Amino acid sequence: MNSESLPITSDRNGRTTLQAAVRPELFLECVHCGLCTSSCPTFTELGDENVGPRGRIYLMRMITDGTLDALPTVRHHLDLCLDCRACESACPSGVHYGRIIEPFRLAMEEEKHRGIAGWDWFRTFVLFGLFPYAGRIRLAMKPVRLMQRLGLYDRFERLGLFKLIPGRLGQMATLVNPPVDQGPKLPSFLPAIGRRRARVAFFVGCVADAMFRHTHWATLRVLQQNGCDILLPEGQGCCGAIHFHAGSNSGARRLANTNVDAFRLDEIDAIIVNHAGCGAMLKEYGLHWQDDRRAQRQEFSEKVRDINEFLDQLGPVAPTGEIRAVVAYHDACHLRHGQQVIDPPRKLMELIPGLELRDLPESEVCCGSAGTYNLNQPEMADRLICRKVENIVSTGAQIVLASNAGCLLQIGREIRRQRLPIAVLHPMDLLDLSYRGEQPELPGHNGR
Amino acid sequence: MKKPLTRDLRRCLGATSVLSELGDLRVYDCDGLTIEKRLPDAVVFPATTEQVAEVVRICSRHDAPIVARGAGTSLAGGCLPIGGGVVVMLTRMKRIIEVNVADRMALVEAGVLNLQLARALTGTGLHFAPDPSSQIACTIGGNVATNAGGPHTLKYGVTLNHVLGVEAVLGDGTVMQLGPLGDRAALDLTGVLVGSEGTLAIVTRVWIRLTPNPQDYRTLRVTFDSLDDASNAISDVIASGIVPAAMELMDQGILAAVDEAFQFGFPADAEAVVVIELDGPSVGLDEQRDRITEICNRHQAREILQASDAQQRALLWKCRKMAVGAVGRLSPSYCIQDGVVPRTKLPHIIRRITEISAKYSIRIVNVAHAGDGNIHPILLFDERDADQVQRALAAGKELLEDCIRCGGSVTAEHGIGIEKISLMESLFAPYDLKMMEKVRDAFNPGGGLGLGKVLPSPHAPTLLHAAVSIGDV
Ligand SMILES: Cc1cc2nc3c(=O)[nH]c(=O)nc-3n(C[C@H](O)[C@H](O)[C@H](O)COP(=O)(O)OP(=O)(O)OC[C@H]3O[C@@H](n4cnc5c(N)ncnc54)[C@H](O)[C@@H]3O)c2cc1C
Ligand code: SF4
Ligand code: SF4
Repeated sequence: MNSESLPITSDRNGRTTLQAAVRPELFLECVHCGLCTSSCPTFTELGDENVGPRGRIYLMRMITDGTLDALPTVRHHLDLCLDCRACESACPSGVHYGRIIEPFRLAMEEEKHRGIAGWDWFRTFVLFGLFPYAGRIRLAMKPVRLMQRLGLYDRFERLGLFKLIPGRLGQMATLVNPPVDQGPKLPSFLPAIGRRRARVAFFVGCVADAMFRHTHWATLRVLQQNGCDILLPEGQGCCGAIHFHAGSNSGARRLANTNVDAFRLDEIDAIIVNHAGCGAMLKEYGLHWQDDRRAQRQEFSEKVRDINEFLDQLGPVAPTGEIRAVVAYHDACHLRHGQQVIDPPRKLMELIPGLELRDLPESEVCCGSAGTYNLNQPEMADRLICRKVENIVSTGAQIVLASNAGCLLQIGREIRRQRLPIAVLHPMDLLDLSYRGEQPELPGHNGR
Repeated sequence: MKKPLTRDLRRCLGATSVLSELGDLRVYDCDGLTIEKRLPDAVVFPATTEQVAEVVRICSRHDAPIVARGAGTSLAGGCLPIGGGVVVMLTRMKRIIEVNVADRMALVEAGVLNLQLARALTGTGLHFAPDPSSQIACTIGGNVATNAGGPHTLKYGVTLNHVLGVEAVLGDGTVMQLGPLGDRAALDLTGVLVGSEGTLAIVTRVWIRLTPNPQDYRTLRVTFDSLDDASNAISDVIASGIVPAAMELMDQGILAAVDEAFQFGFPADAEAVVVIELDGPSVGLDEQRDRITEICNRHQAREILQASDAQQRALLWKCRKMAVGAVGRLSPSYCIQDGVVPRTKLPHIIRRITEISAKYSIRIVNVAHAGDGNIHPILLFDERDADQVQRALAAGKELLEDCIRCGGSVTAEHGIGIEKISLMESLFAPYDLKMMEKVRDAFNPGGGLGLGKVLPSPHAPTLLHAAVSIGDV
């Protein structure tokens, strides 16, 4: 069955229509066996076939066939999908669930936002106006950062005062991670340390740069330690995932093309990305749009490597700094299910002397962050993060690791809220510390 | 009539536990068998046994049929809401109430997943033996209702052998508790309920007998150039008196699909792979393995590999268990048969399958719980091509006729559901069917539970392949 490309069909005005959003052959891959249901976080929480993968595929198929209208309840069931792709990992038939739900939801969003009635300030100003720009995010975080510096943030959070800020903005404010020294602006080149083994380019991104620049620095140092020359090309920007998933197809394509233009592929062995959400998006550039630049985007995609995956393939230089700590690793959906990168981060952590990696129950289940999901579906997101943190606590870990900005923020917030003595780090943060012979800052028992 | 029904259900369960709008009901119009569809009037999500009982009482007051549903992996249409009515979802009753390691018992709610229980038992040295291929998704309630089996059924038996008792709601809303240990002296009613496919009662809790994990395993993967050799070898292993824990056959067609899914590295040109597992005390296992190796070699086995560690063993079993699901990679539609033949007839029936496949030009791939003589020929076709559908149905019919002619049966584990009702009259004498009806009427007086399932009745839908008539074979 050939399903490597995904044409998005458009109507006469160039807009995607619901019934034509998905190629019908993609539905035929699903034999309705139901083996995927138990992998789905929303089905597991609610026990309703409508919010399980088999049910969602069925609903979309019926709408495509014209045997069911896109009723509000049906839209709700599809909106509640995390797009975590756990079902894709579970499905023995090889159903490409992402290639069904994504164009379908894109079409739903485009339909919804057609005309003034569907205009949404949050989407226009915050999602599309803020997210693609690291500088603007940093600016927007200023009030929160100021409160954190004045020590007001903690009190606000404890008293639940963020609830007074309207809806999704308030949700966003609570997500902001506590201030750390983010390090200086990133350079445009860093040389390998020791024998040169590869030449790579680094993908910087938007949220990741604004909130996790320290992790970027850690990643770059780890790459240097592993003998990599690193280019940080000018002119690159946001990966476009937020646009794509919030239904701005053209915005996402514009960002993709900008990135493709920014990287000189013939000069490098790989494009390195350290956050799973961006990585999954970059790897799918070649898939999403059918136009004359498709082949170029495909070439770009083929060079993209997640940092964990890349180091594992390169053969990592063993770190020597001992770190005596108990850690648990959470599988970011877009790494495990989206990119099928499962063992590499675990293998890397096992290289750190003294570190004890414990199995996290349900590590493969979504934490509820899922891009901007926690902003749009706070209730389900809350259920999932509580479940996640309960599992983390059960391991007795002092540090929980995740390879994705969204997960780090989501898990970090809940851990602060519950005042748990658990640090939330990216695997590269820890690996870098070990290379440098330094220790992680572990929170004391009074929470913080 | 319908409005008051949903109103009463909402009053009892709360609005978030009752679905009754069209957009919410469509996904409940079928299960793993998609050729028949019926729309229910409502779907409910009870959280307690008492709520299940109340739902049953409300339904019987409104004369609405009821069908229980777990994970909906039935391949026999067991969850089809015939005559509309109410689908009772057990998916919110998924607590493991107690695991008693000392007494080797567990008490679970019906919606607990088979795999969820397996995970909860890690480290106790015990397990729940029935391991259907749908293990990752199916519920214990569904396993009890269908008397599910799996590869290890060969040595450990079906679900019935691992259920000590059940709590169930009868057709009039009475809650009945059977077992776990009390009713040994009386009639074995638990045995009557297990395998009754939701036509006698809704199972709400299950007392499970836990089995000690074997001390050791020998898991072999034997490759054969010819399917004929493979089935002869299986037959001879059984005849030798060794009882492997499992003996599973996969043919070339299914191996291709499995390999695409899991990159296990099965040889592409071999006609069959047989997975044979021995388990038990370490002493004696090697000797049994050597005898099996010798038998396989006598039948021209090309290669015999032994899983070297737990991880390899797990992957091999994953391949086997995902085999049926992976068939989606071969064809847009398939129909999986569930035939049984005496084990000595295995080589014969496998040969017949090849002939039938050629005769109707319908591709058939095979997995089989070969040690039990339980074959699962899978007929591949494209549902959009009417002629292919017809040929597939005819091929399936001829196949089942052959099973019966061999002295076998038409289902081992997938159940009757709606799919095989038309065969009941050929398999059982009228008197037997009458007795079954009497039993059903005793548990389920109005007949509202599982309406139109298992036993022939005017409610049973006439399926396309109900045309299968085997009275004259
Ligand atoms: C890919 C695949 C592989 C399979 N492999 C096997 C196999 O190896 N062995 C095997 O035995 N089966 C197999 N099956 C069939 C199926 O998975 C089993 O019958 C399983 O036991 C059904 O469990 P469920 O929770 O999905 O039940 P459902 O499909 O929801 O229900 C099955 C039947 O049981 C009834 N029922 C469900 N729960 C209850 C309850 N609590 N009380 C009363 N009645 C109830 C339903 O009304 C229905 O008639 C397979 C299915 C698939 C799709
Ligand atoms: S998506 Fe895959 S696992 Fe789920 S019902 Fe369809 S074929 Fe089965
Ligand atoms: S993507 Fe995740 S939430 Fe959506 S159906 Fe699949 S498993 Fe469920």
